[in-house]
Amino acid sequence: MPNVMLRNNDSGELVFYLAKKDQEEIVVSIEHSGPESWGGEMQLSDGTRFYLEPFDKPPKLPITVRVRRL
Amino acid sequence: MAMNREESDKLIQEVLAVYPEETGKQRAKHLMANDPELEKSNKCIVANKKALPGVMTQRGCAYAGSKGVVWGPVKDTVNISHGPIGCGQFSRAGRRNYVTGFSGINIFGDMNFSSDFQEKDVVFGGDKKLDTLISEIDGLFPLAKGISIQSECPIGLIGDDIEAVAKKKAKEIGKTVVPVRCEGFRGVSQSLGHHVANDSLRDWVISKRDGKEPTFESTPYDVAITGDYNIGGDAWASRVLMEEIGLRVVAQWSGDGSLPEFESTPRVKLNLLHCYRSMNYISRHMEEKYGIPWLEYNFFGPTKIVESLRKIAARFDSTIQENAERVIAKYQPTMDAIIAKYRPRLEGKRVMLFVGGLRPRHIVGAYEDLGMEVIGAGYEFAHNDDYDRTFKELQDGALIYDDATSFELEAFAERLKPDLIGSGIKEKYVFHKMGIPFRQMHSWDYSGPYHGYDGFAIFARDMDMTVNNPCWKNVRAPWKPAVSEDEAAAA
Repeated sequence: MPNVMLRNNDSGELVFYLAKKDQEEIVVSIEHSGPESWGGEMQLSDGTRFYLEPFDKPPKLPITVRVRRL
Repeated sequence: MAMNREESDKLIQEVLAVYPEETGKQRAKHLMANDPELEKSNKCIVANKKALPGVMTQRGCAYAGSKGVVWGPVKDTVNISHGPIGCGQFSRAGRRNYVTGFSGINIFGDMNFSSDFQEKDVVFGGDKKLDTLISEIDGLFPLAKGISIQSECPIGLIGDDIEAVAKKKAKEIGKTVVPVRCEGFRGVSQSLGHHVANDSLRDWVISKRDGKEPTFESTPYDVAITGDYNIGGDAWASRVLMEEIGLRVVAQWSGDGSLPEFESTPRVKLNLLHCYRSMNYISRHMEEKYGIPWLEYNFFGPTKIVESLRKIAARFDSTIQENAERVIAKYQPTMDAIIAKYRPRLEGKRVMLFVGGLRPRHIVGAYEDLGMEVIGAGYEFAHNDDYDRTFKELQDGALIYDDATSFELEAFAERLKPDLIGSGIKEKYVFHKMGIPFRQMHSWDYSGPYHGYDGFAIFARDMDMTVNNPCWKNVRAPWKPAVSEDEAAAA
């Protein structure tokens, strides 16, 4: 269950940052991105997948969250 | 000309051949030939890993990263080296991070404060001593704005509770007292010390004024310069440029910086990040907590300065953008004159770099402005995200070496025969003796500043002075045959 920071980069893409590993990857897809639910399964640009407990509404970015490796 | 990728790979294999098999296998992961197309480094280079036993690494320790790099330049705090006396003495005032003020009144970095651990402190614990020490400092230097406790190795080993002492004394003397858990044995290099120091700033300093009345009126143009340690006056050379394009620099982190500046940083509009490696942590924290975006920039050499000024200005309104264009136009003739003067003397010279956490990629542009090429670059303590940023700055086929050992550096230098090497004090005299022009690029070889337009003039002069110095060809090891007169005349 690593702690990661989610933020938008200059071109508006969602970036996944795992501080412990200096891993900075772009999130290519996220399961729920609608106004009533945000989160779920995420696919990163290097192919790894993580699960984020969905939020009720899109959170204010950047935000540090706990995710689960899939 | 730099080597192509195959040649670089071959050279790496040859250099690795002297190692025992296991060591060679491990070291091979830290060496590569550059491919500017690469986006991600984690597949092709291993970084931020423990140095192997038996090789001579050039790295420092976590204490060096915290006391030396991040906390050391803060001018109005007393930084206690908590532990035996040596670490404090050898890290005192050696880094040339300039400050303005009067020693003992508003600057304290030029003195060595240490708890001078003895055997009995290790046996019975040093908390009492620390308590007395802080009271003494407060009595002797009542104008200090705060105190930071930089732990040395024994503190972590014997398990002293410096946080408790810090809290108690902060209440007693009414000042900021920051415990920093930067024991030297933590982590693999000074890089962890940066992180620990950033976290201590986050936990003990930056939140001090949360929810309080602002102490100054903010403008839409407030910025903070982060990750600039004012080596030889670098931060000042950057600051004047920011001010010239109309921005107001509220805080400098941490060269010539002070605690009140840090505390007011949550009210700036943009964090300008120069050294990504040592201050990205606090920038990311401020982005999350206070919504302050951060922007990496590069003030080495006119090409990169122009790019960076435009990039910074693009975050503000048209007045700033116009100012930036005006400033760029104003300095262009001066820069053209410098390049016209030095480029013919430096054109085509080949450079090898081995420095800390940002310079191997940031300085490349400045060398290229002078017509020089960087044929090899490496970091002492970079992480993979630094290498992600390095590939596109370096030319194709250039050597990249992570945490190079002194053997590797010498072997590469012997084979590549560079015209200039830029590295640290530990490498300096080795290469001097090899007769290779050398600049100490950690503290600019007692020169500087190198940032900004003012700095580029000095940079160009220094490189010319070093590369074209006639002394190098007179350096010859005594055991090597003397040069015959014909040869000398030919050379």
